[in-house]
Amino acid sequence: MSKTKFGQYGGQYIPEILMTEIINLETAYEKYKNDEKFNNDLNELLKNYAGRPSLLYFAKNMTEDLNGAKIYLKREDLNHTGSHKINNVLGQALLAKYMGKKRIIAETGAGQHGVATATAAALLGLECEIFMGREDTIRQALNVYRMELLGAKVNSVTSGTQTLKDAVNEAMREWANRTEDTLYVLGSVMGPHPFPTIVRDFQSIISKEARQQILEKESKLPNAVIACVGGGSNAMGIFYNFINDKEVQLIGCEAAGLGIDTDKHAATMTKGRIGIFHGMKSLFCQDKNGQIAPVYSISAGLDYPGIGPEHAYLKETGRAKYVPITDEEAVEAFEYLSKTEGIIPAIESAHAVAYAKKIAPSMKKDEIIIICLSGRGDKDVASIAKYRGRIINE
Amino acid sequence: MSNIHKAFENKKAFIGFLTAGDPDIETTKECIIAMEEAGADLIEIGIPFSDPIAEGIVIQGANIRALESETCLDDVFKLVKSVRTKTNIPIVFLTYINPIFNYGYENFFKTCKEAGVDGIIIPDLPYEEKEEIKHTAEKYEIDIISLIAPTSHERILKIAKDAKGFVYIVSSMGVTGMRKEITTDVESIVKLVKEITKVPAAIGFGINTPEQAKHFSQISDGVIVGSAIVKIIEKYGKDAPEYVYNYVKEMKNAII
Repeated sequence: MSKTKFGQYGGQYIPEILMTEIINLETAYEKYKNDEKFNNDLNELLKNYAGRPSLLYFAKNMTEDLNGAKIYLKREDLNHTGSHKINNVLGQALLAKYMGKKRIIAETGAGQHGVATATAAALLGLECEIFMGREDTIRQALNVYRMELLGAKVNSVTSGTQTLKDAVNEAMREWANRTEDTLYVLGSVMGPHPFPTIVRDFQSIISKEARQQILEKESKLPNAVIACVGGGSNAMGIFYNFINDKEVQLIGCEAAGLGIDTDKHAATMTKGRIGIFHGMKSLFCQDKNGQIAPVYSISAGLDYPGIGPEHAYLKETGRAKYVPITDEEAVEAFEYLSKTEGIIPAIESAHAVAYAKKIAPSMKKDEIIIICLSGRGDKDVASIAKYRGRIINE
Repeated sequence: MSNIHKAFENKKAFIGFLTAGDPDIETTKECIIAMEEAGADLIEIGIPFSDPIAEGIVIQGANIRALESETCLDDVFKLVKSVRTKTNIPIVFLTYINPIFNYGYENFFKTCKEAGVDGIIIPDLPYEEKEEIKHTAEKYEIDIISLIAPTSHERILKIAKDAKGFVYIVSSMGVTGMRKEITTDVESIVKLVKEITKVPAAIGFGINTPEQAKHFSQISDGVIVGSAIVKIIEKYGKDAPEYVYNYVKEMKNAII
């Protein structure tokens, strides 16, 4: 396997203008990933700023209600800024600092990665600019203000479908404009090498903790680990340290929107084809001419037409499986977890909760499911109310 | 060897870019003929793509208009075949990698050869990934045009060594688009390229005035102009060929 690829997936399909900087990033990451001072600094931030380790919570009410497998929630929603995104951002922002960069830029869909990036920039004294599709700035208006409050400049992207894909395009264009003092802090396990590896490594702390926590609590490994996938960073994070435990089923839940038989979905694994886009060879939703397709999901964070290359590889080798979850199923799970456990999940994470609800009842009572609760749902409350026909002011 | 060297024989080359299907294939064909008649030496035809990440706002607009008129690769091949009945001017494609990956490399380059395409520029296929298409392109004698950017530094050596057709020197940081001033030290990049290869070197990105064209043609083998032409097509639509002719003539005169 080439070092830039996972099987046939991955690579570095980006303009020449960015190549030198991508190679600089790779060199810097190789240098610092095993550097004692870098790791001490990062661990300090993760512990005392982000609040790690995150809890592995036994969802007793949900377990009793579903009357099957034991359900645990890996509570990434309890991290500072409210999602798993901070794990990667602290790593990359610190790396930017070590590389002598003055400025970080990032794309965002739901706004979680943008908020996390703006937060890290404020903390570490870096300039910050966020690119967000105009459509997303409307459905996640609260997060736009939050980023501005943190001192970031938010650019509303009006090209293309005005969502996450276009935000990535615009962030790449801006990076090509200014690499010397700027690092692009990519938010998911996607894009050109080395981003899929860097982001996965920084997110793998989720499964490093979860594996140890479940062994402490149950003295055995889980039967299934479930996470939502857009680009796939929280899923890669919670899968990674279980990949060699062949008995643990790894399941990614992608956004089926209004249904995979409609044209309103973002189900890359179910409906996509192999292609090359955003710096990587992977699977993409695209039309018959290879034009990247407009995708749809109620969840801005899963509204992306591609998926990280390592996921495409895990699918191809059969190590992980990927299932589509509709808007309706996700919204029901959003409401279910709120009422059952008193935990309001991000609508993205609710896709994983929905699949657990489907499979838990038919599993044995001594079997275990871990759900990656990748983020908190406060940001989604207004749009879920709207989905249910109630208009409320945020 | 492809046809491309003819564009640089005993002259400085003017290379004009437009996007196929903007606003429709017939207008594109007329604009190509107009450019050739106005003295252009090589035509660069953009194959429309939904997400052209190396393009600025002007060429992004051209891609959107071309896709709105439902231009697909087969239409672009038909366009080239039709242009070939009128002129032998060297033609290169500019395309992102996904539409041709989707079409199938073998099928794509075979059809390029049949249609009379001489070379191809792929902004999202850097040196490291060139193997993806290299052998297929060679088999059908289609030159892969290499790009060199202001950030390429020590990469220039390996890129230039491998160059075919012409070397596309990117004048500025960022994406395509007209610029008032170009501050990069392009001259020393050209010099370095010249030490390594005999393949002609042309400069593009940002060039839009006759003064810029004159200056950059003096320090290289030719200039590439895209956004300024696309802007004219955007403004005049189906009536663009006449205005494109006048503009290209003025630019070409400036570099002779």
